[in-house]
Amino acid sequence: MAKYFQIYLFVLLTAIAFYFAYRGYRRVYQNICLGKPEDLTDQPLQRWKNMLLVAFGQKKMFKNVIPAVLHLFLYVGFLITQVELLEVFLDGITGSHRIIYHAVENLPVLRTLYVGLISSIEIASVLVFIGTVAFLWRRFVLKVPRLNKPELKGFPIQDAATILIAEIYLLICIFSMNTADMALHEGKYGFAVSSVLQNLFHNWSHTSLTIMERIGWWGHYIGVLGFLVYLPYSKHLHILLAFPNTYFARLTPKGYVNNMPEITREIKLMMDPSATPPPADPNAPPPRFGAKDVMDLSWKNLLDAYTCTECGRCTAACPANMTGKKLSPRKIMMDTRDRLEEVGAAIAANGGVWKDDGKSLIENGYITIEELRACTTCNACVEECPVMISPLDIILQLRRNLIMEESNAPAEWTSMFTNMENNGAPWQFSQQDRLNWANA
Amino acid sequence: MKIRTYAEYAAAGETPEILFWVGCAGSFDQRAQKVTRAFAKILHHLNIKFAVLGTEETCTGDPAKRAGNEFVFQMLALQNIEVMNGYGVKKIVTTCPHCFNILKNEYPSLGGNYEVLHHATYLQQLIDEGRIKLTDTDRFKGKRITYHDSCYLGRANEIYEAPRRVLEELDAALVEMKSCRSRGLCCGAGGAQMFKEDEPGNKRINIARTEEALETQANIIAAACPFCNTMLTDGVKSFEKQDQVKVFDIAELIAAGQGLENIVL
Ligand code: SF4
Ligand code: SF4
Repeated sequence: MAKYFQIYLFVLLTAIAFYFAYRGYRRVYQNICLGKPEDLTDQPLQRWKNMLLVAFGQKKMFKNVIPAVLHLFLYVGFLITQVELLEVFLDGITGSHRIIYHAVENLPVLRTLYVGLISSIEIASVLVFIGTVAFLWRRFVLKVPRLNKPELKGFPIQDAATILIAEIYLLICIFSMNTADMALHEGKYGFAVSSVLQNLFHNWSHTSLTIMERIGWWGHYIGVLGFLVYLPYSKHLHILLAFPNTYFARLTPKGYVNNMPEITREIKLMMDPSATPPPADPNAPPPRFGAKDVMDLSWKNLLDAYTCTECGRCTAACPANMTGKKLSPRKIMMDTRDRLEEVGAAIAANGGVWKDDGKSLIENGYITIEELRACTTCNACVEECPVMISPLDIILQLRRNLIMEESNAPAEWTSMFTNMENNGAPWQFSQQDRLNWANA
Repeated sequence: MKIRTYAEYAAAGETPEILFWVGCAGSFDQRAQKVTRAFAKILHHLNIKFAVLGTEETCTGDPAKRAGNEFVFQMLALQNIEVMNGYGVKKIVTTCPHCFNILKNEYPSLGGNYEVLHHATYLQQLIDEGRIKLTDTDRFKGKRITYHDSCYLGRANEIYEAPRRVLEELDAALVEMKSCRSRGLCCGAGGAQMFKEDEPGNKRINIARTEEALETQANIIAAACPFCNTMLTDGVKSFEKQDQVKVFDIAELIAAGQGLENIVL
């Protein structure tokens, strides 16, 4: 009876969680699709290499060794716990107990492999515990500067704490489950860490241990489902998106900024008056120069925004931020994502159609003009990002819109543009004096 | 020193080996002009046939592009490309990392395809080929040099070693700043910041970078960009250290090592 009740409950909870998770991930996917097309499929070999090295191999993390090692604990722990999760899942839908163990119990090689795997999960879990506590310590006690910037106030900091605490909760569940199981079976499984922990419970009754095992088991599984549903609302989505994001990262030199073809066309017409302009499509929407809102950005910028881990490595390296300017490349990514969420929700509420809400990504509580103006285009943020995000690319597209559509430039830039147009130099020197240096 | 323009070469029916792209700073800024002259002296000394565009050169458009004015950028770029393609330019060397970056990365898709080198790389090649020999390095003995990575040479194009290899030729100790190479700190001039006031903050970026440079106890801060040069020179002045610490371009240091330039340390 109890067995069938558990199977029933398991399937029900799984189905509910999958439904909500599906909606969450679909939302993220649909929102990313609001971006402009950009082809990023050339050189697949190089792309696979980036993904393997940077996402899977965590290459860029190792620029800062301490957080890299701590993060590696969590990452490896996360990866190998998936093996145990497979057994939890099989047990859940079949109503069995340690189905894989029993299948291999009498096969010495496979049995050793199984015990070895679960033992390494246990050891990894201890490392995860150390990593998690260290992360909480760094963020809330040491107050590492990049983890305590104004853009993290409110939900972001709560999000970070939630995941770290959930991590500890999951570890407690895993160890309760394994330890009680070991104690119930006189340690016959021989798992590395719980064989030590079980000694703490030697005087517990059979019933208490069974309850403890069940609580651990269910707690673990429910925690995992919760994580799955929560992920698309959290910066922790990077554990999935880091892979596509590194794969689709731009392969051009960091100094390269794309040339706008629509402007080339216009200037070529100006330079060659005999050329006939292509007939204008009267129904075409007026072209927008640069980006004012999230839909003007490329899908890759939007994928970047959802991939951002809010780690602040970019901001810590940003010369403008370092010297007290408002610009923070992390905030550029967070604002892009938050505005995208707002636009996505408005579209969903309006039956799938976008109705202008009078706001945009610039100002309106999002990225301010002051921030955009402070960027030196130094690429430090791009270089630092462990998941190959480019905050700079968004900054430049927004700047284009400010200058070319809004004519919103500081006075010095306006005269710089005029000088460039009239004298071919950003300063007011005559073109005729270009060679004067040779006469000194 | 006689500097010949591409037009003069063309009129004489000759083809120069390289086009020396001087850039706006190199043409007009008094400090940068010295770098231009030093580099031209090196080329002259080695009998390299080089041309400049002279009055036919205009700004590459970099500050406009980075500020967001694609229109002004492309106008200048297409104009420059027309001139250079007209002369059949094949190889460009420039002393400005901003010009280098934009000519190399952004001109091709507008129809300007050239082999583009920054002078750090070019000088390194000349050294490797044994064409540059330093005979006058006494003044560098016992001095400390720290190299400041320009963002547009470094992170933007991953050229970190060439300028350092060039500096190794001088008989001085090369010391690194706290942040260097891919983590080098910006001087604060890029992205058209050079041409406007800073946004409100608590420090100027060039001051932050100069602090790092001064911490190394270097006697010379070596730059490879006219804008970095200005920013760091200003920074050193604001600490009133201009008598002890000098900012020089790598071309000036090499020219001095060749005995072509008389720099005062
Ligand atoms: S490119 Fe701009 S935003 Fe990025 S680090 Fe440099 S100044 Fe900051
Ligand atoms: S953009 Fe990259 S470096 Fe910056 S906070 Fe996001 S993940 Fe970290």
